[in-house]
Amino acid sequence: MKRWTKQMTRIAGLITVGALVAACGAGGRPSSGSSSDTAAAEVGITKDTVTVGATFPLTGVAAPGYSEIPTGAQAYFDYVNANGGVNGRKIKYIVRDDGYNPTTTSEVTNELVLKDQVFAMLGALGTPTHSAVVDFLNSEKVPDLFVSSGSIQWGNDPKAKPYTFGWQPDYEIEGKIIGQWVAKNMPDAKVGLFLQDDDLGVDSEKGVRRYIDKQIVKVAKYTSGNTDVAPQIAALKASGADLVLGFNVPAYTALSQLVAMKLNYKPKWFYANIGSDPELIGSLLSKFSEGAVGKVNPLDGVLTTEYIPGVDATDNAWVQLWQKVWDKHGKDGHLTNYRIYGMSEAYAFVQALQAAGKNPTRKGIVDAVEKMGNDAGPPLAPFRYSADSHLGISGMRVVQLKGLVADPLTPVLVTDLGAAPIKEDDSAAKDGPPASGIPEVKPAG
Amino acid sequence: MSRVAFGSLIGHLRRTPLRRNLIGGLIGLVVVILVLESVSPFRQGQFATMAYLGIAVGGLTVLTGLNGQLSLGHGALMAVGAYTAALMLHDVDKPLPLPVVMLLSVLVTVVVGAVVGVAAARLHGPYIAGATLALAVAMPGIASFFGDNLGGEQGLSVSTPEAPGWFADAVYFLTAHDVTGTKYLAYVGWIGLIISFVLLANLSASRVGRTWRAVRDDEAAAELAGINVGRARVKAFVVSAACAGLAGGVMAMVVRIAAPSGFPLTLSLSLLTAVVLGGLGSLFGALIGAALLTFLPQAVTGLGQSLGLGDLQSAQLAPLVYGLTLVLVILLAPAGLVGTIRNAWRRRQSPDTAPIHPQQEAMQ
Amino acid sequence: MQQLLTTFLTGLTLGMVYAAFALALVLIWRSTRIVNFAQAPMAMITTYVALVIVDAGMSYWIGFAAALLSGLVLGAVIERVVIRPVEGKPEINAIILTLGLFVVIHAVAAIIFGSGFRSFPAPFGLRGFEAGGVTIALTGFAVFTICSVAVVMLLLVALFQHTDIGLKMRASAFNQEVSRMLGVKVTRMLTLGWALAAVVGSLSGLLIAGGSLVSPSYMDSVVVYGFVAAVLGGLDSPGGAVVGGLLLGVSLSFVSGYVGSDLVALASLAILIVVLLVRPAGLFSHATARRV
Repeated sequence: MKRWTKQMTRIAGLITVGALVAACGAGGRPSSGSSSDTAAAEVGITKDTVTVGATFPLTGVAAPGYSEIPTGAQAYFDYVNANGGVNGRKIKYIVRDDGYNPTTTSEVTNELVLKDQVFAMLGALGTPTHSAVVDFLNSEKVPDLFVSSGSIQWGNDPKAKPYTFGWQPDYEIEGKIIGQWVAKNMPDAKVGLFLQDDDLGVDSEKGVRRYIDKQIVKVAKYTSGNTDVAPQIAALKASGADLVLGFNVPAYTALSQLVAMKLNYKPKWFYANIGSDPELIGSLLSKFSEGAVGKVNPLDGVLTTEYIPGVDATDNAWVQLWQKVWDKHGKDGHLTNYRIYGMSEAYAFVQALQAAGKNPTRKGIVDAVEKMGNDAGPPLAPFRYSADSHLGISGMRVVQLKGLVADPLTPVLVTDLGAAPIKEDDSAAKDGPPASGIPEVKPAG
Repeated sequence: MSRVAFGSLIGHLRRTPLRRNLIGGLIGLVVVILVLESVSPFRQGQFATMAYLGIAVGGLTVLTGLNGQLSLGHGALMAVGAYTAALMLHDVDKPLPLPVVMLLSVLVTVVVGAVVGVAAARLHGPYIAGATLALAVAMPGIASFFGDNLGGEQGLSVSTPEAPGWFADAVYFLTAHDVTGTKYLAYVGWIGLIISFVLLANLSASRVGRTWRAVRDDEAAAELAGINVGRARVKAFVVSAACAGLAGGVMAMVVRIAAPSGFPLTLSLSLLTAVVLGGLGSLFGALIGAALLTFLPQAVTGLGQSLGLGDLQSAQLAPLVYGLTLVLVILLAPAGLVGTIRNAWRRRQSPDTAPIHPQQEAMQ
Repeated sequence: MQQLLTTFLTGLTLGMVYAAFALALVLIWRSTRIVNFAQAPMAMITTYVALVIVDAGMSYWIGFAAALLSGLVLGAVIERVVIRPVEGKPEINAIILTLGLFVVIHAVAAIIFGSGFRSFPAPFGLRGFEAGGVTIALTGFAVFTICSVAVVMLLLVALFQHTDIGLKMRASAFNQEVSRMLGVKVTRMLTLGWALAAVVGSLSGLLIAGGSLVSPSYMDSVVVYGFVAAVLGGLDSPGGAVVGGLLLGVSLSFVSGYVGSDLVALASLAILIVVLLVRPAGLFSHATARRV
């Protein structure tokens, strides 16, 4: 019995001491930005830096092509920083790899927000990956700008996700524009769909069905963890589809081409913009056989879309700016369409940062993006940001690939979600960059 | 519960191991409160991760160390727990209370664990390793296949539950701090860990634990002594599955998503690394192993970057360290870190008792 | 009909590769009673050696030979340095050790060669051919796959049945002590067994890589399929490994084509469980339990 009491006393003593020490607020640090916004300094902004973060698939099945996007953005930021930054602040750009795995995205975004204390997220890539963190970012009130994905969830409900903004044309309008082109130019084609099995596929299918619902004979879906697409291509072939619309990441463009060759299946291919870069696909397929995939580019004759001028448009003023930036600040490799994508997003961010004024706040930059109208910018179609829609570029044009060159087949077509009609609108396609290559946006009123 | 069982429960309460473990648990709770209240939110998140890894590793070390069944599929069992929790917490306005969610995760995983355990009970050595390896590789595919209900590649998102009023008040009373979402999860994880470790330690010291060890050491002798070998094996597997289910449930909340990509083969292999490092059968070793799994990657990646390796290559240093650890520990110190230290200590205290077999060193 | 034929032919081709991998596992099991879970990354890293050579501009065949050669060396080195200390010890040690090797080789490959996806050449063409309106999904490369695995198997049979060294290897696998007494250098035979197994494993790695995308994890699921095939045929039986591989390849191809490619791993697990519960020694095992 005596041992009982001694032990009891010791335990009780320990607990009391522990509680006292903890109650004295043992070195608790104030939690970062989420609950109170009475912090004197905004998170991620100091007198001379502004820190932004992004998650990209630097490894894994989506890395081909997409891993180049942040290198382009970094080059443009280096260019801006070398010319004094924005309002005297240099832009610090932290990129973390998530391997196109939503679970990793969640962990890594946690790091960016809580450990690296970024001011905003910029251009985080991926539909399945970013879906995992969009609610977290909004509840932590972190501006989630220009998500590198075309899912409509980044902007169709600003009340639910006030801090998130898309940038590229969403998959639904891309589906609509592609669907309308097919209905007009290939009304008798039997259409098969090759879709990624997530919101990318869902949104694209919705858009396409609005125009060619009756022409679709087969829908084949793949999951991005599984590189065996033989069952899907075989099913498409068995259905007799002579035109296949592919909404997929570049590795699956290569895989679908390979399997089709093995099965001797030769439909007409129409790939969405995210998976259609001819140079990348060519290099992915380059080693495959000593002669079978030859010198002729495998995507020759394939249809796709574009919404920013590509690396093949060497006489375009924007492309010349990007080439200049890359020559000065780019690291390994040459300028590619993915690097241009990164630079265009970076350009939009600089515009937003300038519009947010001399002392940007998180709320301030969100308001500024909502008002981002039609300042000169690289996209071929105007932005459609407003208080009711956080979706970005409003349209694109259909092109056909001839070697590495994209040959336009239509003017710039713009539309919106749902039943909104498709119109022609060349207004944003004709502008050029300012002489310095850095935007000159006035702070939003 | 029968009267006999109840009587023996009272008897249990009087015996020392239970008291010792409960006291250990209480001390652990105090330490947890002290530490969690004094670190940044990012570290709290890391501690939450360490908690759920610790629970899973604890269950696995008991299975492998005490019962001798090598399972490479505990990542898949964690997936079962995680998806169960995610199904209940996904897109729901008024989610069920957290203890209910956790309990359900455990129960569902126990059922799956029972099925797997029955199949595994008749296998040994490389066969059970291969079969559980196949389970670990198959799990992401299963989750993708039932994509309509389980969210497919995108998975099911889980919103961070809020701390119930009484919990927040209690914490404020003790520590004068508020409870953020991350801190609440860390508490949930660590309280779950303390409870499961106390239970595991008790099982380990009880007759059930001795049965498991007997089955591990010599099947034929155990059978002759009247032990139902198959049933003992299944029981051990079920207990470790329960731990994996709880760990998965906590993981779903900490990572805020349950998706196929969250449960790759590397997860199961990491759990094994933690078990081997800490020493098969040692719960304290399980904690050390979980700590290494949580904190080592960043440290090693930083080291790689300062040595001049690229970002992506530095990220591979952590798995390299895990693999080298497994290889070196087996070759040089089969008892794991904790086991080797403990044996050295024991040898110093009584120099004439040397372990007969290095593997017996490992299994305590 | 078309889909049936395509599925069957794809399964047959893949089945030959699984058979090769299973054969490698069986060779190692027979000599050292260890299941080499690290066989997959070993094959992967030798394939990367070939890729480096092809990148440097040399012909595919030089890369092919280099991969097989490096497999030989790698297998021998691993057995001598890493596995030797645990031969004869409790089996749990060897299992953990091979898993550790699995992780190490994986990480080393990712560090040296990067984690990106690379394409890998496939000689003899990747186009299926037509015959009477039906596409035969047998590319030139698939024919090469089937033939090369068959040739390797015949060579191994010739080695084991008709050469002196083959006899010594079989003796060492059957009874180490007696063989030692008869003057066989048992440890050297064990090393040779691992080396040969690694060569066969490298071959399967090259065959899977051809015409497909390669990354450090591309062989990971093959270790499961190879193991299931080996168990299906009987871990002791090389012939069983081949049959098991073919059966598994065709069955999994049908699951992939008609049910869903996500469930292929689960199907292999189901087959494994059924085999282990119904006929644990495998279809072709020679080992019979001693009855007293």
